[in-house]
Amino acid sequence: MELSGAEILVRSLKDEGVEFLFGYPGGSVLHIYDALYRQDDVKHILVRHEQAATHAADGYARATGKPGVVLVTSGPGATNAVTGIATAYMDSIPMVVITGQVPSAVIGSDAFQEVDAVGITRPCVKHNFLVKDVTKLAETIKKAFYVATTGRPGPVVIDVPKDMTDPAIKIPYHYPDKVTMRSYQPTVKGHSGQIKRAVDLLLNAKKPMIYSGGGVVLGNASEELGTFVRHLGYPITQTLMGLGAYPASDKQNLGMLGMHGTYEANMAMHGCDVLIAIGARFDDRVTGKIAEFCPEAQIIHIDIDPSSISKTITVDIPIVGDVAGVLQEMNHLLQTGKKEPKKKALAEWWKTINSWRATNCMNFDRSSDQIKPQHAIELVHEITGGDAYITSDVGQHQMWAAQYYGFEKPNRWINSGGLGTMGFGLPAAMGVQLAYPEATVACVTGEGSIQMCIQELSTCLQYGLPIKIIALNNRYLGMVRQWQEFFYENRYSSSYMESLPDFVKLAESYGHVGIRIEDPKDLKAELERGFAMKDRLVFFDIVTDQTENVYPMIRAGMAHNEMHLSPHGGELPQDPHRELS
Amino acid sequence: MRHIISILIENEAGALSRVAGLFSARAYNIESLTVAPTEDPTLSRMTIVTEGTDRIVEQITKQLNKLIDVVKLLDLSEGPHIEREMMLIKVKAATMAQREDVKRLSDIFRGNIIDVTPTTFTIELTGSGQKIDSFIEALAEHKIIETVRSGVSGIARGEKSLQV
Repeated sequence: MELSGAEILVRSLKDEGVEFLFGYPGGSVLHIYDALYRQDDVKHILVRHEQAATHAADGYARATGKPGVVLVTSGPGATNAVTGIATAYMDSIPMVVITGQVPSAVIGSDAFQEVDAVGITRPCVKHNFLVKDVTKLAETIKKAFYVATTGRPGPVVIDVPKDMTDPAIKIPYHYPDKVTMRSYQPTVKGHSGQIKRAVDLLLNAKKPMIYSGGGVVLGNASEELGTFVRHLGYPITQTLMGLGAYPASDKQNLGMLGMHGTYEANMAMHGCDVLIAIGARFDDRVTGKIAEFCPEAQIIHIDIDPSSISKTITVDIPIVGDVAGVLQEMNHLLQTGKKEPKKKALAEWWKTINSWRATNCMNFDRSSDQIKPQHAIELVHEITGGDAYITSDVGQHQMWAAQYYGFEKPNRWINSGGLGTMGFGLPAAMGVQLAYPEATVACVTGEGSIQMCIQELSTCLQYGLPIKIIALNNRYLGMVRQWQEFFYENRYSSSYMESLPDFVKLAESYGHVGIRIEDPKDLKAELERGFAMKDRLVFFDIVTDQTENVYPMIRAGMAHNEMHLSPHGGELPQDPHRELS
Repeated sequence: MRHIISILIENEAGALSRVAGLFSARAYNIESLTVAPTEDPTLSRMTIVTEGTDRIVEQITKQLNKLIDVVKLLDLSEGPHIEREMMLIKVKAATMAQREDVKRLSDIFRGNIIDVTPTTFTIELTGSGQKIDSFIEALAEHKIIETVRSGVSGIARGEKSLQV
């Protein structure tokens, strides 16, 4: 079979099993768009801005575990995609991004719509390729998928000069079943000796703590994690990226940790004597002050990426490997070994933890005559039975969604944790809704974030995506305002949103449903009414209390036991570690 | 501490910039970097001299290993090794006295005079960085017109090797 480069590219995507290609056409990729037009296997989703193409592919990848695929043109097409590529890179999301490039002969001549896409994306991709020989195109695509999806996943860019897709040049097509690369052989199997040592240390713990992250979700290891945690009976906390990997409602779950983590999770981190980090990378939003991070703990760290180990926190037992495999081996040792966890010490530890829990740190003012954003999220949980896919943008609403939705399953919580990209939520929700047309997909956002990719309401109309947009509208860039309140003596520099559009009319102008909710008494009924419209996109413009802050909060650079707590929580226990500022 | 890291890397366009970009993006020190193809033209050998605490150097080696184009890596400083640097140095040698003294110093340091004009000598000198520094110091009374240093190349002693 002889095909042109453009046909090879499209056929390779089909043979790779790609369902959706998120993209936007332009001069350098017209041959490819022509090849797309002449087939039905790979469905092209036309976004309204290339950033949205990358976020949509990213959302698709996070929800399904399959790589997201993007096609954009050269120059501005590639540069617009960079934010989404960097977003995926920071959260280790498998993605293949094909960027058009000017013809090989004019590369370097400052041609129309030319940028050095390989150079620009280099620091924010797992790897990138420039195709210089059309006979290597299919193999390069295979390599890109292989690199993107194995080891620690990440985005891979393939830059394709226009002459590589010339319809006049036909060559034989063969898509390889697999590729090997001498320079890339990710370690997947954990070292058995290290695993044994880790299990021994865990069983000797008096005040153990389990800290799991996005690696458990990416590594599809929730089941193994569940078995592990329940067998040991130890407390577990998750990072922002790891929510849902262990059910939020389970008694052993202390909730999220870190800057906006629960009091009990952070205090247990501070007080534990053995910590096991599972697919988590000790991000600065999690650790707070490095020098006072888990001061009494011996630390075990499971991660597939050797460079994550001892990067910021020096660990005692590093285990490089695939989280699911390592946990399986640990579970086997635990189930077949004679040794049991230290029951008495553990009971004491739980007693202490439960006293921290009694602070009820997530409580908020439930009698307010204004809509509390936390309440809105709780209602979304209730109405969706806790079974929705929730995407979010970045800011206060993101934290409230993380804190109050209560994720029971992995891959349901889709947010930009590492890069913190505003504008992520709506396009990510499109990717999720396309993957699961029957599922309830909600985008929790704010009136600031939503405006960063609002143009995608048009894409949602074109493809009939019935996303529910929960815009917590506080007329502020809320997280910026919160920091300005705490650290800049209420000088709200450029954090107030003036001249907001009428979101209801805006949604309607795009052919969707808009619902504005101002009174807490209407909140539940209106949300129910909107969620009942299964086949419509509904934009909920929810006018919330402008002064609400995200609690608990650890200031950047402070330790886990130095938290600001909400004024609405319960009694604080007496604790020698406690130094509330 | 100073470390010499040897890398075998795919000999492809952009491979060097991946390494250089990594050092600048993560704010690592780079003292010298040399690169050239090996006997296998698909592979390049790179020697990087860097300075940092053990923790930073550990991160540097891990991050380098993570680059998809890096095939193999060895921190030469972890074992016995040999390092060499080559310098070309052009020195003013116009008078008989100057010519004799420069020739004598070059001989002491086992340099080779590889270009001679009525007013200059160009000397090729190979050795450790320290030896090269010493030679420059020894020439203090002479007028150095220009120097070119290759940067350090290193290899492990004995049977140990860096190969695919």
